[in-house]
Amino acid sequence: MIEFHLDSRSGVSAYLQLVQQVRRALRLGLLDEGDQLPTVKDVARQLAINPNTVLKAYRDLERDGLVAPRPGVGTFVTRTLTDNTLAAHGPLRTDLQRWLSKARRAGLDDESIEALFMTTFRAASEEDIA
Amino acid sequence: MIWLTWRQLRVQAIPVAAAVALLLVALAITGPGIVDAAEDGARSFLTGLSADAFKVTLYYVGIAAAYVFPLVVGAFWGAPMVARELEARTHRLAWSQSVTRTRWLAVKLLGAALVTVSVAGLLSWGVTWWAGPIERAIATGEGTGPFMVSRIEPAVFGARGLVPIGYAVLALAIGVLAGLMVRRTVAAMAVTLVLVLGVQLFVGIVVRAQLVEPEKATSSITEENLVGLMVEGASGPGDAIENVSEIRVETGRTGTWELSNVTLDADGERMRSLPVWVADCGGPPPGESAQAGARAACFDRLADEGYRQQVTWHPSSAFWTLQWRETALLLVVALGLGGLCFWRIRGDAP
Amino acid sequence: MTTALRTHELGKRYGRSRHWALKDCTLELPAGRVVGLVGPNGAGKSTLLGLAAGMLVPTAGRIEVLDEGPSSGAEHQARVGYVSQDAPTYRGMSVADHLRIGSHLNPRWDDALVRDRIDRLGIDLRRRTGSLSGGQRAQIALTMAIGKRPELLILDEPVAALDPLARREFMQDLMEAVAEQDLTVVLSSHLVSDLERACDYVVVLVDSEVRVAGDLDDLLASHRRMTGARRPSDAGPAGHHVVTASHTDRQSTLIVRTGGPAVDPSWDVTPLGLEDLVLAYLRGDASYERPRPTVEVIR
Repeated sequence: MIEFHLDSRSGVSAYLQLVQQVRRALRLGLLDEGDQLPTVKDVARQLAINPNTVLKAYRDLERDGLVAPRPGVGTFVTRTLTDNTLAAHGPLRTDLQRWLSKARRAGLDDESIEALFMTTFRAASEEDIA
Repeated sequence: MIWLTWRQLRVQAIPVAAAVALLLVALAITGPGIVDAAEDGARSFLTGLSADAFKVTLYYVGIAAAYVFPLVVGAFWGAPMVARELEARTHRLAWSQSVTRTRWLAVKLLGAALVTVSVAGLLSWGVTWWAGPIERAIATGEGTGPFMVSRIEPAVFGARGLVPIGYAVLALAIGVLAGLMVRRTVAAMAVTLVLVLGVQLFVGIVVRAQLVEPEKATSSITEENLVGLMVEGASGPGDAIENVSEIRVETGRTGTWELSNVTLDADGERMRSLPVWVADCGGPPPGESAQAGARAACFDRLADEGYRQQVTWHPSSAFWTLQWRETALLLVVALGLGGLCFWRIRGDAP
Repeated sequence: MTTALRTHELGKRYGRSRHWALKDCTLELPAGRVVGLVGPNGAGKSTLLGLAAGMLVPTAGRIEVLDEGPSSGAEHQARVGYVSQDAPTYRGMSVADHLRIGSHLNPRWDDALVRDRIDRLGIDLRRRTGSLSGGQRAQIALTMAIGKRPELLILDEPVAALDPLARREFMQDLMEAVAEQDLTVVLSSHLVSDLERACDYVVVLVDSEVRVAGDLDDLLASHRRMTGARRPSDAGPAGHHVVTASHTDRQSTLIVRTGGPAVDPSWDVTPLGLEDLVLAYLRGDASYERPRPTVEVIR
């Protein structure tokens, strides 16, 4: 069972943080198919947040096909996000480390690296959508 | 709601009830002895009783208890009932339960009233029963020592029969209403004490006499029936008397409550003061010797000039009529004040 | 029943005072939500809650609670739970006595639920509430209100006097109750951070009037902070209602409410957290066009 936490200063809304935490857990293999998510009541209690917020997050995940509710019992994982991407992580990480050393050798500081990555990432995402 | 009423009342109710019970026990123990003593020897009964310090104390305590009980009820049972809730703001807790304010107040009021009537009833009955033989003796004219006041007279009347119940219930209503209006417990208690005392005095002194038409009789003033003469101005022997302010006449009736004892002139007008020569009817001033025939001449002159004495009184047979009427009056007023409480509790919660 | 609380031009004046503690209040609070009533002291929050709980009588306008008048009798009172400010309890009575009061005076009292809560709070039933801490007393008061199984729970500044831990525990218990039961909650607070987590509907009260009211997500989505070069006036772009405006010699900052996306590229637009949103309405004065109390968002 995973445990949620909320960062009140992150600027991200509470329900989105919950969604992201579930997705991250799924990706990292912390949650498997058939695992139960904490009940709405427990999450609301633990974080002192509105149960509707938790419901909204769980509904988002359900819409994405990641979880499904079982009435009277709870919400269960139906699909993980690890599948075939975990295998690709290793080589991709190595590639990224090489790119980072190249960027440093070129004289970029941390902020420039991050800005370069984010703008390229965003531009690429928009291209994907289009 | 009944449970809650008792739970909140019991702290104040139990000590008072215990004190009353203690008194009742003392009365119960000594009472039969008094009944026996009265039956044995009527003449010396009260004389013997006067020598018994414990019983004399009990007599006074009984009267005091009956007069004090309404004050206690008003200040300790009535005033805090609502005032304490308002002061601690717990009324917001109580009124947000699933009972209306009206029902809340009704059960509390009726509950306290029930307890009040019960305790007042027992107290009054006990005290009245215990003093019964004493007061029968007083009523036949044998009052002596501390036992002189008949039960219909103001000093004792309010401590006998039904009226203590009436005063207690009225005091309760006064207390609750005061608490509702003043909203501070201690202040409400003080206001209640003053008001209840005021009511006891006002009703006793002003109202009671009017509840029943008194008896009235006019008679001539004779040496036999003259019992008192008040003069002004003679502060010492040899001083001239300025005037005679009052004379009192004995009616020969016992166990009555005398309301007035006034002199009327020949026209039937009430005399505020009497001529100086009337002083002779009272005998010679201290230190001087009697002048032969001066007294008799005075009385003759009184008769000749048409002076008569008028006495108004309530006979001892009027006792229960007065009791019923006064109690009814007190209960009606209590009901009215209770109604005011229900009106007052509506509107904004303080 | 879809509306838990409905008011129409509700106003309240105490006694013979000329000051209106609440005026022109028109609200429709949907059922099943946690509604946060926020505003400074003296804004009228306690007055509005007192009117909803049947403690006060309106001077003007109308109020309907759960589709009934607030003073509709015992059955209505059974549907509404209320904890007034400072969570009053009978200091001389034990916790167990309070539970007895609850069970005697409420037809739908859930004794098992209440005892379970007190148990988890670790409070000894025999203790007098006067000997408990402020946080524990607030918990007892909340427990009593929840124990009568109301449809609407009205809480007046429930955590104002509590330390952070007690506050957190109180809100945790409240959220759990909301999750377990079909409950609408209306609570007032100074602390916007607590409200942001717990509430999904917000009403901002300033100076006895409602400044803005709406679904929390809608409010956050429709308000923006816009910064840009110094403008001569306080007017924002077309279609944007300005809540507050502040200027330095070089820069203007507006807080606006808008239905559509920002189109003017000369403004830098950032979203607003609830605290800043509330503060904007607290500061914004009446010279601006009064917003309608319910926010419509064009999707």
